[in-house]
Amino acid sequence: MPSIPSLLPMSRREAMLGLAAAGLCGQARAAETESIAFDGLYKSFGVLGFEFSDRVTALRGHEVRMLGYMAPPLKAESRFFVLTREPLAICPFCQSDADWPVDIVVVFMKNETAMVSAGRKVAVTGRLEIGSATDVETGFVSQIRIVDAGFTLA
Amino acid sequence: MQAQRLLIMTVAGSLAAAAPAAAQTIYPINRAEILEGSHFDFKVEFPDAPASADVKVTINGKSADEVFGKPTTFLQNEEGQKHSALWLRGASLPAGSYTVEATQGADRKATVKWEVFATAQPRRAKNVILFIGDGMSVANRTAARILSKGLVEGRYNGELAMDDMSDMALISTSGTDSVVTDSANAAHAYTTGHKSCVNALGVYCAKNALTLDHPKVETIAELVKRKTGMAVGVVTNSEIEDATPASMVAHTRRRSDFNDIVRMFYDVKPDVIMGGGSPNFLAKTTPGSKRTDGEDFIAKFKEAGYTLVTTKAEMNAAVAGGSKKLLGLYNTGNIDGAFDLRLAKKGTTSKFPDQPDVVEQTKAAIAMLKGNPEGFLLMVESARIDKYSHSLDWERSVFDTIMLDNAVKVAKDFAGDRNDTLIIVVPDHAHPISIIGTYDDDRPGQLLRDKLGVYAESAVPNYGPVDADGYPTDVDTSRRLAVVYGSYPDTCDTGRPAMNGERVPAVKGPDGKTNIANEKDCTGPLAARKTGNLPFDANSGVHSADDVILTAMGPGAEKFRGHKPNTYVFRVMAESLALGGK
Repeated sequence: MPSIPSLLPMSRREAMLGLAAAGLCGQARAAETESIAFDGLYKSFGVLGFEFSDRVTALRGHEVRMLGYMAPPLKAESRFFVLTREPLAICPFCQSDADWPVDIVVVFMKNETAMVSAGRKVAVTGRLEIGSATDVETGFVSQIRIVDAGFTLA
Repeated sequence: MQAQRLLIMTVAGSLAAAAPAAAQTIYPINRAEILEGSHFDFKVEFPDAPASADVKVTINGKSADEVFGKPTTFLQNEEGQKHSALWLRGASLPAGSYTVEATQGADRKATVKWEVFATAQPRRAKNVILFIGDGMSVANRTAARILSKGLVEGRYNGELAMDDMSDMALISTSGTDSVVTDSANAAHAYTTGHKSCVNALGVYCAKNALTLDHPKVETIAELVKRKTGMAVGVVTNSEIEDATPASMVAHTRRRSDFNDIVRMFYDVKPDVIMGGGSPNFLAKTTPGSKRTDGEDFIAKFKEAGYTLVTTKAEMNAAVAGGSKKLLGLYNTGNIDGAFDLRLAKKGTTSKFPDQPDVVEQTKAAIAMLKGNPEGFLLMVESARIDKYSHSLDWERSVFDTIMLDNAVKVAKDFAGDRNDTLIIVVPDHAHPISIIGTYDDDRPGQLLRDKLGVYAESAVPNYGPVDADGYPTDVDTSRRLAVVYGSYPDTCDTGRPAMNGERVPAVKGPDGKTNIANEKDCTGPLAARKTGNLPFDANSGVHSADDVILTAMGPGAEKFRGHKPNTYVFRVMAESLALGGK
């Protein structure tokens, strides 16, 4: 997906994003794509860590679709963003004393992509990865990721 | 006329030539009050990277090496930067007045003065309990009294435990770099007696590139552990790595260094550590970890003899079982506040159904610490008074003020007639929060402003009856306090408590920078849209520089009177515990 100049008015930019992303991954993959949700991610969730649910563990390496909210991105165009259960008002990247919720999913896009307004609900489609990984570029540690991903507004 | 102007220009010109572009900076800074025998890093930064032969540092006219009795280190172009630095890590001094002079070349000189203070023997307090109401402003106390005790014909039906104390002072909170402080710098003043800058804990803010390299000063928990047999407790309902609890153990320029702060807790080893924020204790291979390394601090604390508890039931069992070292981590983030624990049941109460509140934690901490024959130092923070005021969620902020007051009551009951326990209750900074009247749904009109009764029409609220712990059982009633904040982003005021979860006043706008009103709050029957008065990148209310009220009782408390800087709180604790001396 080509990056979109950030000078475009938001409504048009969002519309274009929606169309572009839908064309890219929406229809073609719909048949074999399994949906997962924040509510079904974990088998147990406690102070000392959590365990992914059996279904999510079984979907490792498969194409999945997931709804969530785009956290405030570090910059307007990025290769990755953080998907959260609830809309985040703050930008933990930007604020020294702000912190991420524990149950986040990190989304790595196929290409550097223009982000939409933070707090927008998005549907992400991509390949599910599970296990501790540290992003080389940012040092960001994640436990669950959707990679080679695209998104549409939801 | 022309001659006069020329003269002025000449004088100005010669002044400019004489004054250096930048002066040397000396740490500790001018007017520092330093506890005799406490450890601090001495650093002088020289601009323009001079060689060691071009600089000279004296203390009371003698060489720094001679006065400290240890050799200093000189680094030209420190870290490749355009300054040179003279260092002595871990310096200490006997009591006295000190004048430090740093000269560079022929005409560049900086001077600071330090007071190194002794503490009188014998030690007057066996125990010190420091309560910090984070961001607790005067209106928090007033509202807590109205909600908890009731107001009839202008008189309260009871006193708050924190108000009913023998001594009081007005405390100023500004830091070295700014009028308005943050919780790191503010708590640092209480735990080290030094002023510092925003986001700093246990360090002065020098030119060092790495956050952990800045010049350190010793914290009261470190002093107590190094010099006495006292036990130490750190209790909060925020993440344990958050600024206020971290100020007991941490040395970093950046308060968000949570993973380092966990290691610093481990290094100092307070006997009782309780709060939220477990993910930074877990090795990064554990799902749910926020560490970036493989260190497993849960295992390390256990190996060091700590009992690990993750629920209120486990905490109480550990106390009953006689545990003396306890690591209590009750939430991955902040522990839920009293409003959600008791009334709304929102936040993370369903995910973590057995979290202790600050009162229960305080009871448990005192029960574990009180057996130590050498006494104890306990810091208790009610952290979310501040966090909820940032969210402009005053009901939650005031419920946590009542919770702090109940914890103070626990400490007062312990102190009783012992006369060996100094209890201090103090906010770290203020928020611009005020009570301006009451909203009454029965007043005519459709707008929030129509419902506001001021002066003669500010009728007493009709909140539900208070429970045994002093919390109203219903606050979503027809006549409510009108509490306003003086700083806000674009937001909508509902004029009602947020029963469905903590208020979110603003969200990021389309440009990713500007914050705009959270439309969820803009649709209610009374919702009033407010244009923000803060910079556009602010998403919540900010701290204010207003002084805060300290109350205290017990040995040493009588020193609190009039107006004092926040560093004075450290001094009174150090004097009561006689922490001075080599």
